[in-house]
Amino acid sequence: MTVNDNGFSATRRLILKGAVTVALIGLGDIPFSLAPAFAAANDKYPEDAFKAKSDADAIKSLYGKAAEASDKVKLDAPEIAENGGVVPISVSTSLADVTSISFLVSENPNALAASYKIPAGTLPSVANRLKMAKTGNVIVIVEAGGKLYSATKEVKVTVGGCGG
Amino acid sequence: MASTIRVRATSSGETTEVQALIQHPMDSGFVKDVKGEIIPPHFIQQLTFEYDGKSVFVADWGPAVSKDPYVKFSFKGGKKGDDLKISWVDNKGATDTITAKIQ
Repeated sequence: MTVNDNGFSATRRLILKGAVTVALIGLGDIPFSLAPAFAAANDKYPEDAFKAKSDADAIKSLYGKAAEASDKVKLDAPEIAENGGVVPISVSTSLADVTSISFLVSENPNALAASYKIPAGTLPSVANRLKMAKTGNVIVIVEAGGKLYSATKEVKVTVGGCGG
Repeated sequence: MASTIRVRATSSGETTEVQALIQHPMDSGFVKDVKGEIIPPHFIQQLTFEYDGKSVFVADWGPAVSKDPYVKFSFKGGKKGDDLKISWVDNKGATDTITAKIQ
């Protein structure tokens, strides 16, 4: 899965990151200030990303940049899901400095299904169960060291999980 | 009242593996009931795991997470007998919290 990079978003992201870094440095001499400041910026529910229709729009809204496919991201999903309402999907990666992992289902009405924040000390491995409307790609995005890596797998769905 | 959260946290010494199962309808807002009326969306938006006063895992969920959601992850550290706090909030503002002992 390729996603076109968007120069404007990437720049904006850099500027925002810069601002956050400056803010953190400014607070640096107050004990423990770094962790809460980081958590506050990180804990907001990404409403817009979950409302985005396509996988590309959701990734752009969530991260503001595009991901590159990586064989270091191991996506485990069934070849065929008999029940689209419950599809077990898990991911693990050998990448270092993972900060978040997100799951997208491209054929769902809203592509983004789940996004997990991985604080330092938590292993970059998540298992969950997702709904799939019909046969299509499952995309997982791993944010590691500020860059995005992805893995994609097609899952054939016999009975959809969104139409009831 | 019984909690909606069932959790098993097992320490292997170096890491703690956490499995959680939550009772929640996770209605997507795309499904119709028997009368043909849309069942409004009702789903958990955020699920947080805290150990030792810090978040060790935060899940942001949309309605595409399956009914009665399940999630598994592991974190470094965590000792047998320590507390792990789990809480969720859904799109209607309902919440539930439980504190489990690491086994």
